[in-house]
Amino acid sequence: MPQRRDTLKNSEQELRIFRVRTLLAVLVVATLTSLLVGRLAYLQIVQHEIYTTRSEKNRVRVEPLPPNRGLIYDRNGVLLAENRPTYNLTLVRERVDSLDETLALLVELLELPEEDVEAFNVRSRQRQRPFQPALLMSDLSEEQIARLAVNRHRLPGVEVEAQLLRYYPDSEVMAHTLGYVGRINVEELQSLDAGRYAGTHFIGKTGVERFYEEELHGEAGLRKVETNARGRVLRELGRTDPVPGENITLTIDKSLQTLAYELMDGRRGSIVAIAPATGEILAMVSTPGFDSNQFVTGIDVASYRGLQEDLDLPLFNRSIRGHYPPGSTIKPFLALAGLADGVITPDSTINDPGYYQLPNDSRRYRNWLRWGHGRVDLERSLAVSNNTYYYTLAHDLGIDNLDKRMSGFGFGQRVAYDVQGESSGLMPSREWKRERFNQPWYPGETLSVGIGQGYWQVTPLQLASATATLANRGHWVKPRLALQIGGEPLPQDLPNTLDDIQLENDAWWDRVFSGMEKVLNGSEGTARRTGVGLEYRMGGKSGTAQVFSLGQDQRYNADELEERLRDHALFMAFAPVDDPQIAVSVIVENAGGGSTHAAHLARAMTDAWLLKDEAPDAEDVREVLQEDNAQVEGN
Amino acid sequence: MPWQTLTRPLRRHPVRPPDSGIARRKSIWERIHIDPWLLGLLVILMAGGLLVLYSASGQRIESVIAQAIRFGVALAVMAFLAQLSPTTFLRWAPIAYGAGVVMLLAVEIAGDIGMGAKRWLEIPGVIRFQPSEMMKLAVPLMVAAYLNRCQLPPRLRDIVVCAVIIGLPVVLTAIQPDLGTSLLVASAAVIVVLLAGLSWRLIGFVGALLGACVPILWMNMHNYQRQRVLTFLDPESDPLGSGWNIIQSTTAIGSGGLWGKGWLEGTQSQLEFLPERHTDFIIAVLGEEFGLVGMLILLALYLMIVGRGLWLAASSQDTFGRLFAGSIILTFFIYVFVNVGMVSGILPVVGVPLPLVSYGGTSSVTLLAGFGILMSIHAHRRLLPR
Repeated sequence: MPQRRDTLKNSEQELRIFRVRTLLAVLVVATLTSLLVGRLAYLQIVQHEIYTTRSEKNRVRVEPLPPNRGLIYDRNGVLLAENRPTYNLTLVRERVDSLDETLALLVELLELPEEDVEAFNVRSRQRQRPFQPALLMSDLSEEQIARLAVNRHRLPGVEVEAQLLRYYPDSEVMAHTLGYVGRINVEELQSLDAGRYAGTHFIGKTGVERFYEEELHGEAGLRKVETNARGRVLRELGRTDPVPGENITLTIDKSLQTLAYELMDGRRGSIVAIAPATGEILAMVSTPGFDSNQFVTGIDVASYRGLQEDLDLPLFNRSIRGHYPPGSTIKPFLALAGLADGVITPDSTINDPGYYQLPNDSRRYRNWLRWGHGRVDLERSLAVSNNTYYYTLAHDLGIDNLDKRMSGFGFGQRVAYDVQGESSGLMPSREWKRERFNQPWYPGETLSVGIGQGYWQVTPLQLASATATLANRGHWVKPRLALQIGGEPLPQDLPNTLDDIQLENDAWWDRVFSGMEKVLNGSEGTARRTGVGLEYRMGGKSGTAQVFSLGQDQRYNADELEERLRDHALFMAFAPVDDPQIAVSVIVENAGGGSTHAAHLARAMTDAWLLKDEAPDAEDVREVLQEDNAQVEGN
Repeated sequence: MPWQTLTRPLRRHPVRPPDSGIARRKSIWERIHIDPWLLGLLVILMAGGLLVLYSASGQRIESVIAQAIRFGVALAVMAFLAQLSPTTFLRWAPIAYGAGVVMLLAVEIAGDIGMGAKRWLEIPGVIRFQPSEMMKLAVPLMVAAYLNRCQLPPRLRDIVVCAVIIGLPVVLTAIQPDLGTSLLVASAAVIVVLLAGLSWRLIGFVGALLGACVPILWMNMHNYQRQRVLTFLDPESDPLGSGWNIIQSTTAIGSGGLWGKGWLEGTQSQLEFLPERHTDFIIAVLGEEFGLVGMLILLALYLMIVGRGLWLAASSQDTFGRLFAGSIILTFFIYVFVNVGMVSGILPVVGVPLPLVSYGGTSSVTLLAGFGILMSIHAHRRLLPR
């Protein structure tokens, strides 16, 4: 066991070595610590005076330089959102001697109404990072700037700051789609990257401004300045320039958008137009609009209340959040579902006595034409918008198949790539009903769904997107608003696109298209008056949606009540049939008089896009509508 | 063969009567294997750190709460590790070390690029951490475990093996590039070798060799690393760029004077002058608001922790425990020295946080994990096979 003795000896030696080394370490630690203490004492005792002077006399301050927000253009380079130079009133709370006095003085100098004192108080006391300027007021007038300049010595901590302010030249037309920027609020401040947003007062609140906030904002820069003890800048020591935000080109065509807005002519509703091949949203209008510029500078309480309490809901973006029963506009999709499922063929017919009855049920589900359309095939069912055909079809498909096939067209889900706040609409199903009402699905409800009534609700954007898919013969393209970001085109293949819709026989698409063309040019077509003089092949489908009830808390006078109980007019269309360039959905709330109103607007949109300058303008369409108003027709 | 021998039971301490421990009843601290002195000092330090953090973070209570939660986690890790027997660490050392090297290689190949350097390893949605952080413990653990089975003082052959054990992860960390961490890993491991009794001749030789390597190192440094060194030599040369930090932090400390300007009253710190004032430069806030007195109290706290730690290390019964415990505690001191030295302008700016005071979770967990192992080594003395 020599090993063992070795071990014993070594252990003692090891311990000795360790103790010696540890002692040395203690010496080193002591030396280094005294070095630190010496250095600290030197800084804090010997050189204390020098550093105190340095810290108090000439202060160096880092000021953030906010980046310029990216501009937004339409597809032809027309400016939709720009930055206008304005002067803002800001206040750094930490540099103010008495906040109350300062605020009172400001209100007096600027001759502001009493109410604004409260707003000033709130804004100046809003939680901020220390020494960050709080924005009290935007867009000062020349006179106000002059008054502040004269009284500058009485207002430490108050600055007039030149800043670029967002401005929307066509605010009402673009309001919903473009969205707007507004002051950063407390909740937003919590989640923002403090460095990037140092010095930025505004942030995208809705629409494109919100969705592309990241791209539009840019990177903040810095400048280091020497100031006196009062915080006034004496000289600039250095700077890192901010990187401006990316400019964004939208797919929107401003002239088409404006036309859509004018076509609505003060009525409530929405028009959405999509280029089927690319999914580019050419126009997306929700009416009534509002002046989004009001929100940039901070809308006053009275105006905001006015907008909020307006029965026409101008702030509500109908294009993406409005839920409407699609009515007969979904018949082409149901026909395709029937073809895909083998429930019908293009040549199979039914006999329509004017109603449909479920087996073992006495209830009659009526066609809109009481005495019926007689023998009806696929194309005629679309042209005359026969209900009985689709009751039969829906019953044969069954709700489960129907729900599955319609979801394939994007109903009941968000469809767009970059549309902020899109609603998913509602595609009813057996599971949905059990979850929502804890009730089984009744066969009669399938029939309602078959003619686009019942629980089914779509958004105008969904309807336009589904129409574009149909125009593409089932090829799915995701709708989108951005054409280029910072000069770079968006990728063509966007994520989460639905699967293409396949039919057994490609020629069947043409039969459905033919039926949709007959809506406009057939002798029985529901929109035949709209189809007069068409210079290209256009397919479409009309629809009306009944208004069942009004909100309980809304008060209407008698005339208004009657108006608001009228049916909504819907139309979906695409053109030209052989090479689709545009797909449109139109919804006019409470239009009355069937679907013709919407059909005329849809035609005006396709005319404008395909015929360009030769197309009739909004004024011409208005005349046609007035002539039409005399006659009233069904679906 | 070497790996098997590593896991042999710990070498026994020279026969000595256990100091009256048999008769005495175990105190509660002994039963939960926690050293009350060390724990108390650490808690005081952390509490003081939170106080300074509140001021340094611009009075954001959210930051303080987040940090307190991290401290809680770190203390739990410490308490857990203290329960394990030192044999466990000895057994796991090669595995932890091997895993660490593999992960460093993984970072090199597939690491997430953060802050311009590849440091993070991420399993998306599961975990995201810096393997180099783990190596701060794993490498000295491995070296101590290796030396535990050698005759000490180590012979040349053992030293070469140690150099390889240390060199591999250090080089991998350095090329991430994270020079600061790689130097800390290296120093923790080198301390183990030094404590083991590396001969003075060799120390002198290696020192000379390193000196000769400085130009080569300089050639291979990234621009920002060189800039840091240059700025350290003359901060005024670049008052707006890299010199900014040092000028501002010395101004903050210097203007604090003897008693400081008072909590939350520091003009330099409360203004946005101080860069990274809640992370690496937090001690400048302390210096400005609590003055020299505050600084001395802090340093005294650190020294007491180091003193207690060294005492625990010296009273350890086996080579492995001594070496590792000594390394942990001396590395801790190096952190303090480098951070305070850098903020007060006597060392170049390297990214070393102030232990248990700077804002950040990973380093606190690593530090307290080290203390956990230290407590385990101390507390399990009598449980060793005799």
